[in-house]
Amino acid sequence: MAEEERFAPFADAARARDADRLGMLIFLASEIMLFGGIFAAALALRLEHGPDYAAAAGHLKLWLGTANTAILLTSSLMAALAVEAARAGAPRRAARALLAALLLGCAFLAVKGVEYAGEYREGLMPGTATAHFDGPAQTLFMNLYFVGTGLHAVHVTIGILLMAMAALSQRARQDRNAMLIGNVALYWHLVDVVWLFLYPTLYLAGVR
Amino acid sequence: MTDEPRFEHPPEEAATSYLADGYSLRSWFLTTDHKRIALLYLVSITFFFLVGAGAAALIRLDLLTPQGDLLSNDGYNRAFSIHGIVMVWFFLIPAIPNVLGNFLVPIMIGARDLAFPRLNLLSWYIYILSGLLTLYVVVGGGVDTGWTFYTPLSSVYANGAVVATIVAVFISGFSTILTGLNFIVTIHKLRAPGMTWSRLPLFIWSHYAVSIIFVLATPVLAITLLLVAAERLIGIGVFDPRLGGDPLLFQHLFWFYSHPAVYIMVLPALGVVSELITAAAHKRIFGYWFVAFASIAIAVIGFMVWGHHMFVSGQSVYASAVFSFLSIAVAVPSAIKVYNWTVTLYKADIAIDAPLLFALGFIGLFVAGGLTGLMLAMLAIDVHVTDTYFVVAHFHYIMVGGSVTAFFGGLHFWWPKITGRLYNETLARIAAILILIGFNITFFPQFMLGYEGMPRRYHVYPPEFQVLHVISSMGAALLAIGYAMPAVYLIWSLLPGGRRAPANPWGASGLEWTTSSPPPQHNFIGQPVVVRQPYDYPLAHPVSRDDG
Ligand code: HEM
Ligand SMILES: [Cu+2]
Repeated sequence: MAEEERFAPFADAARARDADRLGMLIFLASEIMLFGGIFAAALALRLEHGPDYAAAAGHLKLWLGTANTAILLTSSLMAALAVEAARAGAPRRAARALLAALLLGCAFLAVKGVEYAGEYREGLMPGTATAHFDGPAQTLFMNLYFVGTGLHAVHVTIGILLMAMAALSQRARQDRNAMLIGNVALYWHLVDVVWLFLYPTLYLAGVR
Repeated sequence: MTDEPRFEHPPEEAATSYLADGYSLRSWFLTTDHKRIALLYLVSITFFFLVGAGAAALIRLDLLTPQGDLLSNDGYNRAFSIHGIVMVWFFLIPAIPNVLGNFLVPIMIGARDLAFPRLNLLSWYIYILSGLLTLYVVVGGGVDTGWTFYTPLSSVYANGAVVATIVAVFISGFSTILTGLNFIVTIHKLRAPGMTWSRLPLFIWSHYAVSIIFVLATPVLAITLLLVAAERLIGIGVFDPRLGGDPLLFQHLFWFYSHPAVYIMVLPALGVVSELITAAAHKRIFGYWFVAFASIAIAVIGFMVWGHHMFVSGQSVYASAVFSFLSIAVAVPSAIKVYNWTVTLYKADIAIDAPLLFALGFIGLFVAGGLTGLMLAMLAIDVHVTDTYFVVAHFHYIMVGGSVTAFFGGLHFWWPKITGRLYNETLARIAAILILIGFNITFFPQFMLGYEGMPRRYHVYPPEFQVLHVISSMGAALLAIGYAMPAVYLIWSLLPGGRRAPANPWGASGLEWTTSSPPPQHNFIGQPVVVRQPYDYPLAHPVSRDDG
């Protein structure tokens, strides 16, 4: 009885794992739609006000954005390695990889913070006293930039907390199916993928 | 309905029903049983229905006179805003999925619970949290933005508790998303042996379709509302032109969610009606796959028609023409369903019980609402009647005449299963007819009002409209009586001494009728194994049991 109840309402562990994974994927689809609104707005703005869009994007610090892309990609790699380690039955290696992924996530946030501070000083932050823009389309671009990257940063923060949780849990590290670590890594990959779209949409649009 | 089952059903072994499994508060508020959570939802949505109905009563009373004597201008704005917000997000969206769906999805596919029982409980708590915040808004100043939150009204000019309302709707979205996620995973991973996709009841197909919309559309509303809140609170102006924003962008994002959301409100109803019709006709549904895929088609095309809410918002005429075409296209799958129900009833041995009366009422009102939807989808007509009572009548025919009627029909159909009790059939038939008449008296005059130019959201109007408004308000009183009746006789049936329901009072097919009424804690004794097609009338033994 007890054995069979453990995975209730599922008949066995494999099915319960399948369901967990599917649930996570559906949740991520929902997250994509959350960012989809912002991407759709950016696309519309770019189609209607191409030159303004490019001019506003030109104010962003391309090299900081690029550095953050590299940081986040590496971090995602670490998360993937953590999953592999857990599957291979190496809990300590899994914990180290998660720690690396998590620290890189923090580095990403730090760079973002430096970037925001610079934008504030340069008067690129709408609504602040020093802000000055050439026209409403450029203001809207910066608005979308702050909302998009801000919402993304919230997700990065949640991802960092989740990875810390997974790294601290002995059960998660020793699970040869890497269920928790696997799902956390999936979430982290999504955060990465969203950034991979934000980067060209916002930063590369300013490259001449 | 008779006390005796009209058809054979597999014998029941004695098992504790889910209702008898603990009576403490804890056993309810910390339950992970999908059936108990369904009942928690039933009580809470009924409460919010009363809140919304109270606001509606104020609106209809105020409209009795052309001067709007009862409420101030501001008060009127607040009344219809609260009415819309509460009815849409706190009553109608959760009504069928979270009460009937929660109860039935696992049972209909032969599972013992939803895939994530604790998540299910969590989504109820999230719903309650957002509901409490909404109640705070009601008592703490109200909102005057309407349920549509159009910018720049909502982001700049509106006063009142706009941010609190937005946060409330935002939070309730999490509850919706989690429910959709839970249903999708359950339908994929927990079907009983032999319950193939082609054997799924149509109720399940429509819940599958609606879950997809839950998961994919709700986050778009979330981001939209988040942007409005950000604009009000920290001046990030995505919508306010003075801050560089684009107010039309709001409408695009809002309707990208809210048109699918209207299908959120109607798809589960279509599923309920498919069950009611087949059970009353004792026949296999005509065109099973057409009805099943129509649900999916509605879910998909429904994402591509939002521009029909923006015909007069300065959208390009080419875009409008495309949206007009797609809106007409989306009516096709709905019409297919109506044809299939009609053909199913044709030459059938029909049992005219209360659930069928509700279902027939649904079909008539849904057709009226759908046809006027087609009218609104035509550019030339819409320019004339947009923002008038014609639109108000259109969506009330679908959302109230359609979905609420289907909810009542479903509640009557599955009440014996949910509670194990039989209600007074005569009173139920009277209520069904009263609701149909009251509804039409309330809302048909609104088509006429709108066509003649009565704008929506105004409470001071030219005196020539008064007659129709008075008729509408009187109809609303009748409708209120119709809605109050079930509350009385359904609760009455629960009192000690109420008549017990057999396992299958309607002689219907479907796994839920093979288990006792009310079902045992884990829904079935042993794992059911499905060996027959859905709606396999005349009934023999729809399932065989494997108790090993
Ligand atoms: C089937 C379920 C449906 C529901 C629940 C529904 C609900 C609604 C609601 C709530 C509105 C008003 C929104 C507002 O302005 O506050 C509306 C407007 C509209 N509906 Fe429907 N509708 C449905 C079906 C349809 C269909 C099938 C069509 C077209 C074929 C349609 C066409 C329209 C149009 C064009 C408007 C905009 C009218 C205007 O604002 O001028 N609807 N509907
Ligand atoms: Cu629509």
